[in-house]
Amino acid sequence: MKKVVVIGNGMVGYKFCEKFAASEKFNDYKLIVFGEEPRRAYDRVHLSEFYDGKTAEDLSMSTATWYEENNIDLHISEMITEINREQKTVANHRGDTYSYDYLVLATGSSAFVPPIEGVDKEGVFVYRTIEDLEATEAYAKKLKTQGKTQAAVLGGGLLGLEAANAVKNLGLNAHVVEFAPRLMPRQLDKGASDMLQAKIESLGLQVHLSKQTKFIQGAKAIEGLQYIDDTELKVDMLVVSAGIRPRDEVAREAGLEVGTRGGILVNQKMQTSDEHIYAIGECALLNSMIYGLVAPGYDMAEVAVNQITGGNNEMPEYIDMSTQLKLIGTEVASFGDALNEAKKEVDEIIYENKRKGVYKKINVSKDGTKLLGGILVGDSSDYNSLFQIYINGMKLPEEPEDLILGSRGGDGDGLLGDVMDLPDSAQICSCESVTKGQICGAIESGEANDLGDVISCTKAGTGCGGCKPMVKDLVNATLKSLGKEVKDIICEHFDYNRQELYDIIKVKGYRTYDEVLDAYGNGDGCEVCKPVIASILASLYADTANEEIAIQDSNDRFLANIQRNGTYSVVPRIPGGEITPEKLIVLGQVGKKYDLYTKITGGQRVDFFGARLDQLPLIWKDLIDHGFESGHAYGKSLRTVKSCVGSTWCRYGMDESVSFAIELEERYKGLRSPHKIKGGVSGCIRECAEARCKDFGVIAVEGGWNLYVCGNGGANPRHAELLAEQIDNETVIKYIDRFLMYYIRTAAPLERTAKWLDNLEGGIEYLKEVVVNDKLQLAEELEKEMEKLVDSFQCEWTQAIQDEEIMKRFNHFVNSDESDDNLVFVPLRDQKMPQQWK
Amino acid sequence: MEEILEVYKTTTVENVKVWFEAAKVEDFPKNGGACIKYKEKQIAVFNFERKNAWYACQNICPHKMEMVLSRGMIGDQAGIPKVACPMHKKTFSLESGENLNGDLAPIATYPVKIENGAVFIGFEE
Repeated sequence: MKKVVVIGNGMVGYKFCEKFAASEKFNDYKLIVFGEEPRRAYDRVHLSEFYDGKTAEDLSMSTATWYEENNIDLHISEMITEINREQKTVANHRGDTYSYDYLVLATGSSAFVPPIEGVDKEGVFVYRTIEDLEATEAYAKKLKTQGKTQAAVLGGGLLGLEAANAVKNLGLNAHVVEFAPRLMPRQLDKGASDMLQAKIESLGLQVHLSKQTKFIQGAKAIEGLQYIDDTELKVDMLVVSAGIRPRDEVAREAGLEVGTRGGILVNQKMQTSDEHIYAIGECALLNSMIYGLVAPGYDMAEVAVNQITGGNNEMPEYIDMSTQLKLIGTEVASFGDALNEAKKEVDEIIYENKRKGVYKKINVSKDGTKLLGGILVGDSSDYNSLFQIYINGMKLPEEPEDLILGSRGGDGDGLLGDVMDLPDSAQICSCESVTKGQICGAIESGEANDLGDVISCTKAGTGCGGCKPMVKDLVNATLKSLGKEVKDIICEHFDYNRQELYDIIKVKGYRTYDEVLDAYGNGDGCEVCKPVIASILASLYADTANEEIAIQDSNDRFLANIQRNGTYSVVPRIPGGEITPEKLIVLGQVGKKYDLYTKITGGQRVDFFGARLDQLPLIWKDLIDHGFESGHAYGKSLRTVKSCVGSTWCRYGMDESVSFAIELEERYKGLRSPHKIKGGVSGCIRECAEARCKDFGVIAVEGGWNLYVCGNGGANPRHAELLAEQIDNETVIKYIDRFLMYYIRTAAPLERTAKWLDNLEGGIEYLKEVVVNDKLQLAEELEKEMEKLVDSFQCEWTQAIQDEEIMKRFNHFVNSDESDDNLVFVPLRDQKMPQQWK
Repeated sequence: MEEILEVYKTTTVENVKVWFEAAKVEDFPKNGGACIKYKEKQIAVFNFERKNAWYACQNICPHKMEMVLSRGMIGDQAGIPKVACPMHKKTFSLESGENLNGDLAPIATYPVKIENGAVFIGFEE
């Protein structure tokens, strides 16, 4: 068995181990890994998330037991200080020696600190390791207690902006100081930099360009930056993020060849000047370059594994540095020769939209046939397509501007034409280096039969996930080309989509999950198909969630929302957000009696947190005795209809928005649907109820109400679109009835109305045809179905507390009256919160 | 917190020293689960009524260390009986304890037998 010693346990060092462990010849080798940091490799790319509450463990690249499970010896907190090439041994700082057959240097880089006078002052940090972040955080805390809040980041490159975001997350005012006249000077041009600057300044960061620091002010601790132009910036802290320096000390001392400006010299096989020693990642000098991105580092790891195990893979002489990322909430991408550094004859095509904060530029060859590079700021959704066109030298459309202007009116899809036009060599997943040929090949060979199979056998889409839509398109297109039917089935237990199941259950009149599974499914079901069928049964027969508890989604089963320590939250319905002082006092008393953390929700009601399972029925009994009922906050069903005070009180109000909101909430409460539904009613166009962020929103205008549908907040905010104008109360209800029933019938599981509309062929115009003009002759049927559901409403909590059998469900143990002894709460601003375990 | 996990070790039928009578069959929902207490342990017990099989495992989910698995939905993945944690839908095989949709550590499983309408869980101690 040959010994492979790896020095360095960063992202690339880990990737080397992972690729080695996956190699067929792994059993012929023994891996011994040394890392000088006190923890195993973690994701440095997402380091700023450390301040968003992620722990070192969350950022870790592998589980604690991964190395052991793969029989890899991992020595952390151990620094290799010497390589003896003659003896083929390495020695650590304690003098222990280890022999090797192959040595891999993955020592990475350190932060480059420019030689500015005063960089050794207190309050100056670098941004590289978790320890750096911890030290920065501790200092920031100390500053804040002294009322100091100003912090600068030296360097406006990719890492500098990440660091600035981290500093902002610490609650400090972040100033980005950049030597060049623009941000991310290696990737962006002036226009793109201006757009990015405007975006991040709107988030409260400040940008100072063309600033060269002469020295750092302050006696002992930093007090400011003195620039060479005699201006200054008063700050209490500085984070230096001005670039990286390869860690080549050990290699240098061992006599390996290094570059004049640092970096361990390697050939295309990733071999150093000693054939038994390899160098990969940011410490390696390949093609006279240090590659500071993680993707080329992973490729180097792959090549090194292949070479050591007797293969002949090599690194290419040109490595693409295209990149797509999210910086301070802003999408930024750059690909190919974005800045025309090759000084070719090119035509620049630029689209700049300051209102939306979007900047796009592409460089097109003079003859209009080739895409040479480009930049996207604010919206990088077309990056994948543009990158494929660029890297594969594909033919451009007649009017190359269509590439960034989209098909004007469309959603920009289909830029590529057909995904199947890509060459087999096209790299689809750059994180895992998976080509189109591998993806399609997996299906053609029969190894994979669907998207899930393809992902598990090729690993495509398991990195950043950005390529997933394209992988899906390729899988579907390949299946289609083989004459196989592409079906969007809900899970492995049913070969049907939700709409088909809805129709089947309705036509056959099935009443239980088992009937459906026996007749149309297979196996024992799962956590996907059970709640889907529960929801369909509820939508068809007005069943409450108490009907068949084993198929209800976990929150529906206990009629409450499970929270992070396994306790629940309780939300009584407060229709339209209107509540009497008496009832408000009751809520206060209930919160106090059960010692619940209490908060006002965005939907104008009150949420109680920290209720134990066994307390839920007691709390609800108290609430129901005082006239409250379930708020269905736990269900895929109507949540709230939010309102402003409207013409009853507001001097601008055009109509009674509160009255109408209450009427709508009372009408649709308890309605089970493919996903949650929210509504809003505003009394005038000032829109204080934010109705256009809702699945249905009603706004009072001159001559009636305007009805908007399919909006939502959440991860992808969308304004609702206008369905009908100036209609009366009765018509609003009629249209919402039709709209909601049509959505319930046809949407996919967990598809909000906005996404449903996106996928509805013909979009809002088609929806108008169905709902307003009754093109499908369904209107009467839809209204009747809704009427039936409205008439059969029951409060499921009232049902629950009246039934002894249902009440048993809320005991933590079936064989003991004790409650969960694992729960611990800690104080928080006069209330409580769960003790955090992990 | 990790020490809580130490309490739970997979037990096979051969190693059972104590068959603990936990509750009656009807105390458990059909095709669902409930939690029982044995000494300091919380054990999730599942009744797969459709195929007349019972499974038991630790109640604590190794992902965020909450005592919640008994409240999860059950079913199968390619024939392997599984439970989905109600917190983040991590799924675990009820046969091997393996995390089926991720890299979490496996959960401990325990044998179950039914005699005269009572549910017994097997422990080593």
